[in-house]
Amino acid sequence: MSVLSVRNLSVTLRNRPVLRDVSFEIQTGEFVGLLGPNGAGKSSLMRSALGLIPAQGHSSLAEMSATERARAVAWMPQSREIAWPVPVERLVALGRLPHLPQGLRLPPGDQALVDQSIERMGLGPFRQRAASRLSGGEQARALIARALAQDTPLLMADEPAAGLDPAHQISTMEVFASLSAEGRAALVSLHDLGLAARHCTRLILLAEGSILADGPPAEVLTPDLMARAFGISVWHEITAQGPVFQPLEVL
Amino acid sequence: MTRLMLSLAAAVLALFLLSLTVGPADVGAGESLAALFDEGYGPLTLVMREIRLPRALLAVIIGGGLGLAGAAMQGYLRNPLAEPGLIGVSSSAALGAVLAINTGLAASLTLGLPLAALAGALAGVFLVMALAGPQGGSLTLILAGIAISAMAAALTSLVLNLSPNPFAANEIVFWMMGSLADRSMLHVWLVLPFALSGGAILLTLARGLDALTLGEDAAQTMGLNLNRLRLLLVAGTAAIVGGATAVAGAIGFIGLVVPHILRPLVGGQPSRLLWASALGGAIMLQLADIAVRIILPSRDLKLGVVTALVGAPLFLHLIYKTRKGLA
Repeated sequence: MSVLSVRNLSVTLRNRPVLRDVSFEIQTGEFVGLLGPNGAGKSSLMRSALGLIPAQGHSSLAEMSATERARAVAWMPQSREIAWPVPVERLVALGRLPHLPQGLRLPPGDQALVDQSIERMGLGPFRQRAASRLSGGEQARALIARALAQDTPLLMADEPAAGLDPAHQISTMEVFASLSAEGRAALVSLHDLGLAARHCTRLILLAEGSILADGPPAEVLTPDLMARAFGISVWHEITAQGPVFQPLEVL
Repeated sequence: MTRLMLSLAAAVLALFLLSLTVGPADVGAGESLAALFDEGYGPLTLVMREIRLPRALLAVIIGGGLGLAGAAMQGYLRNPLAEPGLIGVSSSAALGAVLAINTGLAASLTLGLPLAALAGALAGVFLVMALAGPQGGSLTLILAGIAISAMAAALTSLVLNLSPNPFAANEIVFWMMGSLADRSMLHVWLVLPFALSGGAILLTLARGLDALTLGEDAAQTMGLNLNRLRLLLVAGTAAIVGGATAVAGAIGFIGLVVPHILRPLVGGQPSRLLWASALGGAIMLQLADIAVRIILPSRDLKLGVVTALVGAPLFLHLIYKTRKGLA
């Protein structure tokens, strides 16, 4: 089942063309990594696909009403904003807002989803701590848990792994992978190509204002494409411990 | 949580009763409260019903409104330094009132002053919304509010500057300090619809303000219509602040300090802060209004002066605590 369909999407910001004629489709069961150098338009692509910034072309999410969209996709922006010292538990519970008919009291089913999200992101010990006073990486995990609690078919996150320690980078990627294994889907922008190689089921490489490559990690993380998109040489092997990818030098 | 609400509500009620029993007429508390319900309508009943009751009611209505508006404004702007006057309504209401005093409208027409202040507030809010545009984020709203505030303050100074009558100038200056003295039930009926409708509008924003904790982008993808939220916020705040300024003059610091004090007690959540701040605002304004009657009862101490005198050091204390928390 398709959870996001983008056709001929073009974005122009301040008279500068950022994206031209981008098309792709995401099905349930996919964990898509969005790669690309700084300024390639990863965030713009995701935000325009969500309908948060104006764009030409077609995006299935942007055409929904705000209420429909809130049940179709959860979004974790790059700027990790937590304005108030809300306990982690309540921050995560904000993800249930679109599903509550009215008021703020959580029905038991929703509370179970909140607890599950907290558990998944390993935030049990932080439940009562003020979210805005956690460390950067802990805040990121709380915000991912918030997006998980929204319990949508598609989860989109802008650099969710940035600023996490290695253990939590891996466990976060595993959470996204398990979502897609459960029959949902994730679209996540990444800078860590090694993580992308090991965990994503599909990669979209964005460069020069459009999609340079779109396919399984082995087909996207090739030396040619990496040289063209990032200007780097790479080492990429399938080992006994799975695929290992290491950027080597700037060309 | 509910315990906090209950204790705040109990404090509001206790202060309300206290406020009814404090005044220059030297009567016991029980006697004055009994006089309130006396059908014989003696002089004490007159004092209670026409002087103390409106004053006590206004303190609850206006204090509650300002506290609520402050909590909503801080929640919307995600800034603990925001206050309801930020959108320029209090300054434009003050300008309307000042013009009414200066032109003699206030003296020649019953309710001339509050009605002129309401007209000023209405003009101010339309200008702010026209400047800020139907769409756009919080930044344009703040800029428009600052522009309108500055303009209204400049025009107020101009009126004072050109005022040919020193008594009018004197009256303007004292009016601007804010007071609840000598208000009638007519004033209560005037402000009540504005405060109630504004309060009802702001209370509907609870979920949206909670969602905004995560920033505008995330809030939008959670189904929040930011333009609608901003419009309702401005309308609700303007109704409360416009009505409050019209009958009581400029009373500062309540919308700023009260949400700030109560925020840790509600776990930081903007939605829960709304009700708590409404009760807290009613408590603070009642305390200030009781204080002006007890300290220097003969000198007509102004309410806005007291809230600022109490609010500013309280705020400094909060800054100190925040700094200690950061260190």
